[in-house]
Amino acid sequence: MDLTVILVFIPAALLVGLIVPGRWKGTVLLVSSLAAIFWLQAALPLRNLDFWLPALSVGLTVLTWAATRPSQIPGDQAQARWRLELPAALLISGALIAIGMTRYNGSFCCLTATRPPAIWQILLGVGLWSGLIWLVSRLKSRAGWFSGSLIVILLALLVILKSPFLSLKASALLRGLTGQSIQLAAASDFAWLGFSYLAFRLIHALRDFQASKLPAYSLADFVNYAIFFPSWVAGPIDRSQRFIAESSSQKPILKTDRLEGLWRILSGVFKKFVLADGLALMALNSQNVVQIQSTGWAWLILYAYALRIFLDFSGYTDIAIGLGRLVGFHLPENFDRPYLKTNLTTFWNSWHITLAQWFRAYYFNPLTRSLRSRSKGKFALPAWAVILICQVTTMLLIGLWHGITINFAIWGLWHGVGLFIHNRWSEWVRPRSTNLENRPGLQRSLKFAGWLLTFNFVVLGWIWFALPSPTMAWDYVQLLLGL
Amino acid sequence: MAGQSTPAKTSSISFVRLALKVLLLFGLANLVLLPFASLNGLGRLSAYNRAFPGRLRLPYADNPSKAYNLSLYNLEAMFASHELASGQKPADEFRVLLIGDSSTWGFLLPAEQTLASQINQAGLQTADGRQVRVYNLGYPVMSLSKDLLILSQAMRYEPDLIIWLVTLESFPYDKQLFPPLIQNNPELMRRLIADFDLKLDINDPNFKQAGLFDRTLIGQRRALADLVRLQLYGVLWAATGIDQDIPETYTPRQEDLEADATFHDLQPPTLREEDLAFGILEAGLVMAGDTPVILINEPMFTSQGKNSDIRYNFFYPRWAYDGFRSLMAAKSQERGWNYHDLWDAVDNQEFTNSAVHLTAQGTAQLALRIGELITGSLGP
Repeated sequence: MDLTVILVFIPAALLVGLIVPGRWKGTVLLVSSLAAIFWLQAALPLRNLDFWLPALSVGLTVLTWAATRPSQIPGDQAQARWRLELPAALLISGALIAIGMTRYNGSFCCLTATRPPAIWQILLGVGLWSGLIWLVSRLKSRAGWFSGSLIVILLALLVILKSPFLSLKASALLRGLTGQSIQLAAASDFAWLGFSYLAFRLIHALRDFQASKLPAYSLADFVNYAIFFPSWVAGPIDRSQRFIAESSSQKPILKTDRLEGLWRILSGVFKKFVLADGLALMALNSQNVVQIQSTGWAWLILYAYALRIFLDFSGYTDIAIGLGRLVGFHLPENFDRPYLKTNLTTFWNSWHITLAQWFRAYYFNPLTRSLRSRSKGKFALPAWAVILICQVTTMLLIGLWHGITINFAIWGLWHGVGLFIHNRWSEWVRPRSTNLENRPGLQRSLKFAGWLLTFNFVVLGWIWFALPSPTMAWDYVQLLLGL
Repeated sequence: MAGQSTPAKTSSISFVRLALKVLLLFGLANLVLLPFASLNGLGRLSAYNRAFPGRLRLPYADNPSKAYNLSLYNLEAMFASHELASGQKPADEFRVLLIGDSSTWGFLLPAEQTLASQINQAGLQTADGRQVRVYNLGYPVMSLSKDLLILSQAMRYEPDLIIWLVTLESFPYDKQLFPPLIQNNPELMRRLIADFDLKLDINDPNFKQAGLFDRTLIGQRRALADLVRLQLYGVLWAATGIDQDIPETYTPRQEDLEADATFHDLQPPTLREEDLAFGILEAGLVMAGDTPVILINEPMFTSQGKNSDIRYNFFYPRWAYDGFRSLMAAKSQERGWNYHDLWDAVDNQEFTNSAVHLTAQGTAQLALRIGELITGSLGP
């Protein structure tokens, strides 16, 4: 999201909040979000992909909605419910076709980065997808199997997009199929904006559906939740139950909401475009890493990176939350002063909170439960081993979510091992900490030491995050240590 | 409970108060800036020479994010970022200022291989034991008026000797007011035109005249951002010593030339004194006052390729350049200038992407010659 996009979104969101009556708000937001995700998608070298990727985002969302419809409804009632969704389905299909029609606007066309594909192709795509959804509705008796398959598909897409090698292969394949030069294939051809967050929202819905924790949503509500334009680019990853309950409540938007929303946007813009972009001029990157000559400057540039990544990401989150407030939504917070935390566990409760919560809910907790329940008898795993496995693999996956590379894996492992060490340390300290209650000075010193250690541990981890190769990162660690 | 405000209402009021305060402060900041046509004074606030070392040459960059450097028009900020502004002149220093174009600045050369750096590496000393310290004040535009503008700022740094490298391309009148650095410093340039009675238009339309809006905080946002960026790039300058993005390969200077004998709007066969801005050169010499000035005709590439019988290189037809050399020789004899024609002092293969840009080796050849001139000027 650049400043132009934000300057367009602010009045649009204010207008929606101010003039659209509550019962129409969902529909207007749906159309706005549909337009926004096409507008935000950057041009890609593969022909028409900047149209098809957002279209596929919508398609996967609708398919997930269809797969998570309750199946225990008598035939007539089910038919009636499907008919109720027809206006929303027509609206979504119509929006896709209308966006496609902008190809005839000549130089006026501006919603998609490049000219949309031929209308017959869009009609064919919409038709085929509608057929697929109809098929899904007919196969509701196999809902578990289908929702499971959809999770696998979403994960497979995520793996392809996050892996430079697989992205390159996929690009070559698509180029071959569409008659474009295979030699020009690049991993960056698949820069599918918003998919990382969309996939996690959809998997959350599918997993909750499998666990019978997902209410029945209307199509419009569910699509609105999944592609909500303020959080499309950089999250946060909201829960559908919270978002749709707030949407359905149709509470009026208060003046304080608008003012606080505008304040959050202003603060986000300042963080991102003034502070973070300013720090980017001096922060660690793959270009300056081999040019830095002394240990002192190396530390300073690394700290600049640490501040920059926080201000950049939390700035975007502020903008998303602020825009959400303007249209009456209270999106969840993603950051809670993470660099002031005194241990790594509380750091991860305050850094990219919604991502950490997602992993906790859909990976860490199920895995912990599973390992504990299986760890009985002679194959019993000790508690520390269960914690080690769960924390390290969770953080490894969080690392790989940013990109399937060795450096992101090392970053994840760094934090996983750090969390495990902190867990063991806490266990060791707990029975001994009673003596500290009467020694506030020592408590303060320990807190400060904890903060210093945690902050620098996180900062050192950023080396693997910021740099593209392990050799480069290791050389930098050596420079930091004066070796 | 009538009259008791709700938390929402309180929050709303406090936000409005805050917004009003912000607006008031913003308005005040704009008013404070209104009397100033430029932010030159603000440019003196610099982290260079304090938090990080001063730059070895004036800030200039075609590719800021790779050069850790940028071009800006605030002369005070440019000088404040230079090592020349690091403090009082040491008693044991013999201060030499090098004025010139991109060749002097060191285009395609790292900061430690420029002409100034290479002369410094020779470790010259005066007879009374002072260390000769050469400062690079070259700037990548060919224009005598730009040189004069820089000299006017540099004189406060108490030079003991000024070396001014010139080339014919800096002399034509149409080259004098075109550099953006000149256009964006209209008041300074107008003062120079008036003080030295230069044959330049004081009302040249290219001078950027700051209107009321341009003087506000919003109007000066780019200039302010440039000041901040210059400071931020200082960190990576300090950390890396890099101040220029030097590509691994470049297009070499042109060997085959057009069969074109014109020079700017001048026609062969004779170059006249009034065609060139000698008045600006003389103004510089007056400005230097008691400080000795060595004028140098800088080295240039001589083509052996197609049409080299008509032109020496991309810049110069033979008639114009030969005429320039004769004029410079005659004028310096007439006026008693300390002038040295080093046009062929560097081997032809030591030119890089233009007829005046030198390799490190070529710069070393020139540094040797200029070093001799400096020691020669110091007397026994």
